[in-house]
Amino acid sequence: MSTAAETMETTRTVHLIIERQDSPESEPYTQEFVVPYRPGMNVIACLMEIQRNPRNKQGDPVAPVTWEMNCLEEICGACTMVINNRPRQACSALVDKLEQPIRIRPMRTFPVVRDLVVDRSRMFDALKKIKAWVPIDGTYDLGAGPRMSERDQQIAYELSRCFTCGACVEACPNVNDKNSFIGPFAISQARLFNMHPTGAMHKEDRLEALMGEGGIHECGNAQNCVQVCPKGIPLTTSIAAMNRQVTYHALGAWLRK
Amino acid sequence: MAVAQAAHKNREFLWRRLHTLSGVIPVGLFLLEHLFTNATALRGPAAFNDAVDAIQTLPLLHFIEFFFIFLPITYHGVFGLYVAFVSGYNANRFSFGRNILFVFQRVTGVITFVFIIFHLWTTRFSGNAPNFDMVHNLVSNPAYFWFMIIGVVAATFHFANGLWSFCIHWGITVGARAQRITAWVTLIVFVVLAGMGVASIIAFTHSA
Repeated sequence: MSTAAETMETTRTVHLIIERQDSPESEPYTQEFVVPYRPGMNVIACLMEIQRNPRNKQGDPVAPVTWEMNCLEEICGACTMVINNRPRQACSALVDKLEQPIRIRPMRTFPVVRDLVVDRSRMFDALKKIKAWVPIDGTYDLGAGPRMSERDQQIAYELSRCFTCGACVEACPNVNDKNSFIGPFAISQARLFNMHPTGAMHKEDRLEALMGEGGIHECGNAQNCVQVCPKGIPLTTSIAAMNRQVTYHALGAWLRK
Repeated sequence: MAVAQAAHKNREFLWRRLHTLSGVIPVGLFLLEHLFTNATALRGPAAFNDAVDAIQTLPLLHFIEFFFIFLPITYHGVFGLYVAFVSGYNANRFSFGRNILFVFQRVTGVITFVFIIFHLWTTRFSGNAPNFDMVHNLVSNPAYFWFMIIGVVAATFHFANGLWSFCIHWGITVGARAQRITAWVTLIVFVVLAGMGVASIIAFTHSA
């Protein structure tokens, strides 16, 4: 087997600089890799190549880089990492369209488990907090719910494309150590379930959650979220729309007391 | 019940909303009033002194000053420092226009906070009678002149950009188009107010 250094001389190669971390507590460090180029390859293919032949740029054996992946078609969000300073999915990051060397690091807004693997539990916690579901379970068949207008279906479809990848959470300046902000995606999900005719039955619960700790008021309108969302979800519109609902709810609740 | 419990547990929402509201009403309104009064200096010292006299003869002036200016501005300023402190800054990584303005909003807020303290100390609490000559003597010092220019530009930017943010915080501008148009409108507000403020300061440099 030829080493990565040798192949660089003979064929086209891809140069990667990866920020690595061995365990949640250990210090991060960077390693450089050179992998053979194949037409149409994505960042995942580069990482697979490193896994196949785990040697750094100098040809020394190293531990293979760890990452997460699943669908490989930008639907699951598992392979989200920071590629050339932008949080995005490694599967849809095509090498031909990236500037080299390709710099890859984990989304540090989340706790790093190892290398590029991060723990996104806080996103699941946020969804639980805002009750991002439609409660339909009962002891008997509740029957069909009310119909949704075609227009609302279109908006809901757009919002439902969120796959909790974490790009918006990584880009948001107000998700940090000094702040408990739940993140843009959760506010958009609250909007999605509030506009569902059955989900709207728990509208107030979601609005209360948005007014609670780390809620919608922590948003500072930097609007990075809408710029980095891989699905083009109108997150800032969702935030403003929920601001409106929360304003009405808060004033209404106060005046009703 | 649930509302009462949530309100009991976390008042952050209330403090934040009071912060954005106080920035516009009454602090923003006071800023406008202040800039318009100062702009009378463009019509000469007599016009400015008349405008000051009109304010001085307002009934319950100290009451108005304390409850509609001093208290809200202190709250907005002190809570604003907290907001600036708990915000993250990543414009170096994400150089989108709005993210840069997000940083500017916090930077100009801190500048304005320091500016207002020094400004009050040298005018309202200086012991001098508020008239054209007092201001003229202050801005005749080049350092103070530039300090005023920076303060006025920072304050008017903070107000105009804050107005844009206020419209989102209160759910007034929801869609991307509405927010974009508001951004242009508030930019015009900034340019007009900053121009007015700077022109007024220059007018004060001309001796009576």
